[in-house]
Amino acid sequence: MTTSLSAEAPPPGHLQEHFDATISRDQRIEPRDWMPDGYRKTLVRQIAQHAHSEIIGMQPEGEWITKAPSLRRKAILFAKVQDEAGHGLYLYSAAETLGADRADLTDRLIEGRQKYSSIFNYPTMSFADVGVIGWFVDGAAICNQVPLCRSSYGPYARAMVRICKEESFHQRQGYELLMTMMRGTEAQREMVQDAVNRWWWPSLMMFGPPDDSSPNSAQSMAWKIKRHSNDELRQRFVDMTVPQADKLGVTLPDPDLRWNAERGHHDFGTPDWDELMRVIKGGGPCNDQRMQRRRSAHEEGAWVREAATAHAAKQAARAEKGAVA
Amino acid sequence: MSADKQDWPLYEVFVRGKRGLNHVHVGSLHAADDRMALTHARDLYTRRNEGVSIWVVRSEHIAASTRDEKDPFFAPSADKVYRHPTFYDIPDDVPHI
Repeated sequence: MTTSLSAEAPPPGHLQEHFDATISRDQRIEPRDWMPDGYRKTLVRQIAQHAHSEIIGMQPEGEWITKAPSLRRKAILFAKVQDEAGHGLYLYSAAETLGADRADLTDRLIEGRQKYSSIFNYPTMSFADVGVIGWFVDGAAICNQVPLCRSSYGPYARAMVRICKEESFHQRQGYELLMTMMRGTEAQREMVQDAVNRWWWPSLMMFGPPDDSSPNSAQSMAWKIKRHSNDELRQRFVDMTVPQADKLGVTLPDPDLRWNAERGHHDFGTPDWDELMRVIKGGGPCNDQRMQRRRSAHEEGAWVREAATAHAAKQAARAEKGAVA
Repeated sequence: MSADKQDWPLYEVFVRGKRGLNHVHVGSLHAADDRMALTHARDLYTRRNEGVSIWVVRSEHIAASTRDEKDPFFAPSADKVYRHPTFYDIPDDVPHI
């Protein structure tokens, strides 16, 4: 956007004060407001990683579209994977309001310079995994994302509102799929339990490292980018999921999981943080495959982007010629 | 690198949620031309009946006021209290005013 009117810029001290006051009044920061460099950088990194996660997140379930057992399940899965693409695009759009360049963000992802959520580096072994991803992974995403609807940066918060509305469909279709399988054969029930066993711990890791080893959290919370700590959100997810597992008739694979009446929460075991670090650093079961797939999709789509650009240029030239004649 | 992609300009998207409402800004997207921007906007921002009409405009064509919401640009509207109905004292027993 261009600025047609520019007032004299107030001194930096005044700008910082105005920013701090806006945050403390719980008002939103908007794209063209002055903001500290650290705030901008933190947001760009967080929003870009979030966008990349949505885009890479299309792959584990996308693999099952052609193999889904009915037209109904195919249509649902298609809609869900399309939503993930949409979520990625809402978020890239929000990142661009901070001055990030879209092509540069894509390059950062495919060159491995920016991360995406560790969860998408695990394989989808059976169709039950599609259901468990909807239930656990989208359920965890909802825990994470609902508070982000009140994030201090306006475009990010607004993108999250749209995303949260759509995530609810994602979670419910997953749970419904699992309920259907649990009413099926013994083999189908075993598939569901097996998927639950494999996805439970990686889902808990989605909330990030524990609070005492999450160095950037305090600043993000002071800036009201984040509203709750990793451990608070993880606890919320466990408390939410336990009764759902009971209803479904599956066992969550944690011998330490039990209700603690004193705390009013469930106690639960410790995720394998070494595994989380390993997967984040590229050592998960599917990191290479996911990146390779994203890179080849980008490269194989190049001719489409070039053709569209050429077509637009030709049409513009013709229109100009027509206007002159 | 993706020089090809950088050539697709940024568009801002405005959606009319239903008849009787204004178009509202919902976000942005990249497209090669206006027509593609409209079809992309439909796919991206109206997958669940969120709109009955879409406007797209190249972001670079938007002129905007200055950055700060407390800008002196808006001062003239703040100091004219007589523009508001509450400025005028009317006795309580005067009906319908």
